[in-house]
Amino acid sequence: MRPEHPPEYPLAVHDLTVAYHRKPVLWDLDLNVPEGKLAGIVGPNGAGKSTLLKACLDLIPKTSGEVLIYGKPYEEQRDLIAYVPQRESVDWDFPVSALDVVTMGTYRKLGWFKRVGRQQKQQAHEALEQVGIGHLADRQISQLSGGQQQRVFLARALVQDAEIYFMDEPFAAVDAATEQAIIELLQNLNARGKTVLCVHHDLATVSRYFDHLILLNMRIVASGPTPETFTRENLQKTYGGKLNLLDDVAEALKNVGR
Amino acid sequence: MWDVSVIAELGSALTETLFLKGYNTRLVVGGVTFLGATAGLVGSFLLLRKQSLLGDALSHATLPGIGIAFAIMTAMGITGKFLPGLLLGATITGLLGVLLVLAIRRTTRLKDDAAMGIVLSVFFGLGIAILRMVQQIPGQSSAGLESFIYGKTASMVLLDFWLITGTLIATTIATLALLKELTLLCFDSNFASTEGWPTLWLDIILMALVTAVTVVGLQSVGLILIIAFLITPATAARFWTNKLTHILVLAALIGAISGWLGATASALLPGLPAGAIIVIAAATIFLFSMIFGTARGVLPRYLRHLKLQKKVGRQHILRSTYEILEDTQGVEILKNIPIPLEALRKHRYWSKGELSKLIRQAHAEDHIVRRPTGEICLSESGFGEASRITRNHRLWEMYLITHADIAPSHVDRDADMVEHLLEPEIVRELEKALELEKPVIESPHVITT
Repeated sequence: MRPEHPPEYPLAVHDLTVAYHRKPVLWDLDLNVPEGKLAGIVGPNGAGKSTLLKACLDLIPKTSGEVLIYGKPYEEQRDLIAYVPQRESVDWDFPVSALDVVTMGTYRKLGWFKRVGRQQKQQAHEALEQVGIGHLADRQISQLSGGQQQRVFLARALVQDAEIYFMDEPFAAVDAATEQAIIELLQNLNARGKTVLCVHHDLATVSRYFDHLILLNMRIVASGPTPETFTRENLQKTYGGKLNLLDDVAEALKNVGR
Repeated sequence: MWDVSVIAELGSALTETLFLKGYNTRLVVGGVTFLGATAGLVGSFLLLRKQSLLGDALSHATLPGIGIAFAIMTAMGITGKFLPGLLLGATITGLLGVLLVLAIRRTTRLKDDAAMGIVLSVFFGLGIAILRMVQQIPGQSSAGLESFIYGKTASMVLLDFWLITGTLIATTIATLALLKELTLLCFDSNFASTEGWPTLWLDIILMALVTAVTVVGLQSVGLILIIAFLITPATAARFWTNKLTHILVLAALIGAISGWLGATASALLPGLPAGAIIVIAAATIFLFSMIFGTARGVLPRYLRHLKLQKKVGRQHILRSTYEILEDTQGVEILKNIPIPLEALRKHRYWSKGELSKLIRQAHAEDHIVRRPTGEICLSESGFGEASRITRNHRLWEMYLITHADIAPSHVDRDADMVEHLLEPEIVRELEKALELEKPVIESPHVITT
């Protein structure tokens, strides 16, 4: 056990380095995410936001370092975690219905060789209702809009009934109604004491959506409660000279205190 | 001239083949049909996993193994054509080929297609060279080894039949037992591995099934065409359904039919290579499915498009007539009076041909009445329909202007496209959003003619 990463943290990352083809993408990350937070992971393109999530979930190899979920390695804690991948990561032409995709969230508990039964379908239906598209359960997934596809992924994560939710850009390219529905859902999870980690792009909504913030650009620039972390200085460090967006964000910053 | 005895002979060959008389016919037709069902089933997953090229690399990489196995067995003093030995050799180099693709993919930055292209052609070239060399071995005839390349049903033996049947049973069991696991792997392997499923092992099981189909199909279909046998039934099935289980059943069925056709044809006409016929049969079914497939076929899609086009044209002519009536009378209470054709033509810049076609259609639907004077008039049902369409058009325009802040001069064209798609439910919502009750509202912009 490491004293600097006590086991009450749902996610603790110690000295994590990740490289693609030997080129480091993440450098010596150290991170503690407190329980019950709705945490945003924010940074420029290529900052390694998705990579961080994938490394935590063992989807890509770590060059060094370790990731602890409530003080234990990930393999022992899979039941506590739900994952929403980027929407583009799968083929939406795949011959399954919305309900089929959501049911996939029940497979782990179901175990090897067992067939999906009424109970699993019932769970999936309820999750689809929760994300507001219960009436689309039997649609083939290619006939869903982008926002509806994202909702299907969220419903699948709900079915997993986890403690920690890893979400890779759930707001990317969705309509305003879906964005609103998603954030309400996340806040709902949060209110039930779940921890949510969410890769996010839109700086204008950061302070409204998240109570905890991780600013990332190949390293952790800052991490902590949003009001203290979401500062002009930290953003400048995160986005470096590349960013002309800063002016746009000034407007968002003004609203932080309100 | 056809001799009677020739026809009789052909007839008896036909009945013998169709009713599976004769031991050899049963063996060949039954074996290839089973092989087709297996290939359809396994091919569906291979395709959904997007690894069909890997299957191609695998099948080509079996060739050196056949040659090497022949040489080794000859050197050991047993007959070089001992089938299990040859197939074992094929399996070993086939898997080596797959491993090499994976290794190239891992260690270099070459893309998949390049890695597979290289392995496929190098192994095939190597196989050809080795076959030539083993032909030089004195005392052993290596004739017939080439039939593994293009396939030759005549060379099938009982062992082939049992191997194929065994593979079919194994594949069916694996599919039934691992349906949800394989589906998850193919749809979202990252998610599968975060959930603790051993995706590597599932991939290995899938590749093992593909290898088995390829190897047991070498004798009859040959290593070049087996990939078509794996892929084509699954792609054809996709045009008929959006449900994975239906695809599996249908692909197995299409594979079986293609196999049966191929084997039957080559039994009747011994000169024809079965592999080629099988692939042609499968391709014919594919083509048919591509055109007529109810789920994604080209023709059903085109027909839906045509139907919409027709509806659009009909609704445009009704609305134009209505707008002209409004124009000439003011809006308060509209009288349904005849209008000259020319006014209608100018209203939307229709050509004479287009217009008369539209009028013919509207006439057939009892929406427009043609007057002997050359004028046209809305029928009673046409008048109701016209006012409904006009109203929908304007509802959408109003909605765009008030809720989407689009300039009034821009909304006409948008509404032109959308008005035909407005279901009653959406119309009700529009009415609610706009707080309207009047049957037809005034156009929010100047109607240009």
